[in-house]
Amino acid sequence: MIYLDNAGTTKVSAKAKEAMLPLLDEVYGNASSLHTAGQEAKTYLEEARSTMAKCLNAEAGEIFFTSGGTESDNWAIETACRYGKMRGKTHIITSAFEHHAVLHTLEEKEKQGFTVTYLPVYKEGIVHVADLKKAITDNTCLVTIMLANNEIGTIQPIKEMAKVCHERGVIFHTDAVQAVGHIGVDVKDLGVDMLSLSGHKFHGPKGVGALYVKKGVPLFNLMQGGAQEKNKRPGTENVAGIVAMATALNESLGEMEKVNKRLISMRDKLFDKLSTIPHSVINGSKSQRLPGNFNMSFEGIEGESLLLLLDDYGICASSGSACTSGSLDPSHVLLAIGLPHEVAHGSLRLTLSKYNTMEEINKVISAVPKVVSHLRKMSPVWDELEKGERKHVI
Amino acid sequence: MLYSEKVMDHFRNPRNVGEMPDADGIGEVGNAKCGDIMRMYIKVKDNIITDVKFMTFGCASAIATSSIATEMIKGQPIDKALELSNQAVVEALGGLPTHKIHCSVLAEEAVKAAVKDYYDKHNIKYDQKLYCAGDCPCVHEYDKKNSD
Ligand SMILES: Cc1ncc(COP(=O)(O)O)c(C=O)c1O
Repeated sequence: MIYLDNAGTTKVSAKAKEAMLPLLDEVYGNASSLHTAGQEAKTYLEEARSTMAKCLNAEAGEIFFTSGGTESDNWAIETACRYGKMRGKTHIITSAFEHHAVLHTLEEKEKQGFTVTYLPVYKEGIVHVADLKKAITDNTCLVTIMLANNEIGTIQPIKEMAKVCHERGVIFHTDAVQAVGHIGVDVKDLGVDMLSLSGHKFHGPKGVGALYVKKGVPLFNLMQGGAQEKNKRPGTENVAGIVAMATALNESLGEMEKVNKRLISMRDKLFDKLSTIPHSVINGSKSQRLPGNFNMSFEGIEGESLLLLLDDYGICASSGSACTSGSLDPSHVLLAIGLPHEVAHGSLRLTLSKYNTMEEINKVISAVPKVVSHLRKMSPVWDELEKGERKHVI
Repeated sequence: MLYSEKVMDHFRNPRNVGEMPDADGIGEVGNAKCGDIMRMYIKVKDNIITDVKFMTFGCASAIATSSIATEMIKGQPIDKALELSNQAVVEALGGLPTHKIHCSVLAEEAVKAAVKDYYDKHNIKYDQKLYCAGDCPCVHEYDKKNSD
């Protein structure tokens, strides 16, 4: 199997798995208990927190463990909105291509009376700082912009935007779920107030993540219950998951430079070779992009068919077509960068990890053109394009 | 698995796929914007559909429903082909996920559109009410009905 859906989720690394195991049966105490078993677990928990903090250049007290990226995003938005409302501020700024964990949460906020500005991301898939400057008002309580996009991997000018927000006294949150563990993320350098991350995107386990909250930034509870996480996030800690996540993050930081060199060479080979397919387009900036992200559209075909035929070659990929999104419209990310619907339906996302090899990439490079040409041969859209009855858009 | 064996078989090995330059009737339904278009070609002799070909842009179930629909009407009298229902297509495929039912509706509409084109070309009268536009919002209504 050639697994190229690492933006979807990743394999747990051997080191992370190993780190997790003792916490399932040997050190199984509740980290809130005072007895030895509990305090042992607590030690592991706090060590993991320190590791996470070190990896992000944060203080241990600024790391709050959660159930993953979705919870972290919800929490950051909820807390900033509550604080905003207390001060009579009800305006939020985000981008048009955030993950649904942010967009759907903001839709709820709109129902509660907040107004939301969606900044454009242009063809390159990058927010312009000037647009943010123009959109920000005295009524703005939160700006939330992702660090790297999950579909096209484009990297946003977070540092510059955080600066703009602080000049205006506005809280800045970034969804860094796709970035942490893949590119250097230094919260102090970025200057963000809050940052979301998720373990399963960097070879940690699923169902565990964290929210970084800069010291002094107000934090309200999303849920009520026990006194865990400094009274801010109740519920018995998933110590095994947390320890594995911290191990995975530490591991990926140690090998990042080496891994990224390989990923970029494999990814760029995919771009170079698959760009030779006529009427194809690379989606999003090629330079401001995560090392392991490949995303292209092929005119005249539909993404779900493409995926299922690639699956027959043992290739696990993803697409932004409506059929794979479970709705009538193709991916909002691809529409946000200005792709026409029919081109967005024909997109292919390949996201690489350190476990991929050039041999696998070569197999993909041989399979994709075959599958695209097979589907084009039976496509009435392609037929019309070829005969000049329909205009090529890419 | 999302799809039945039968769907995957018709998707991987579509029957009667391709163009038909000398078709007696051609029907095209769907919209590229929605992600599926089906084109159906029929050859008619003595009121019998002697040959069928299709071309489809769309997901696996769109390809599979058009493929099986061509098998179901090939060799049938024209009026019999008009009776092809989307339910029959779904049953023949061993079922479809509810959000893919519209693909079977498109297949039914593609067959009807090809027959209508044949009737129009030969000045044969027919009941207009039998034909829906086969456009995107129209066929996608079926997914909504099914998921309720
Ligand atoms: C950018 C982004 N934000 C949030 C999430 C949600 O993370 P999780 O699956 O851990 O809830 C994901 C992953 O699906 C993501 O890619």
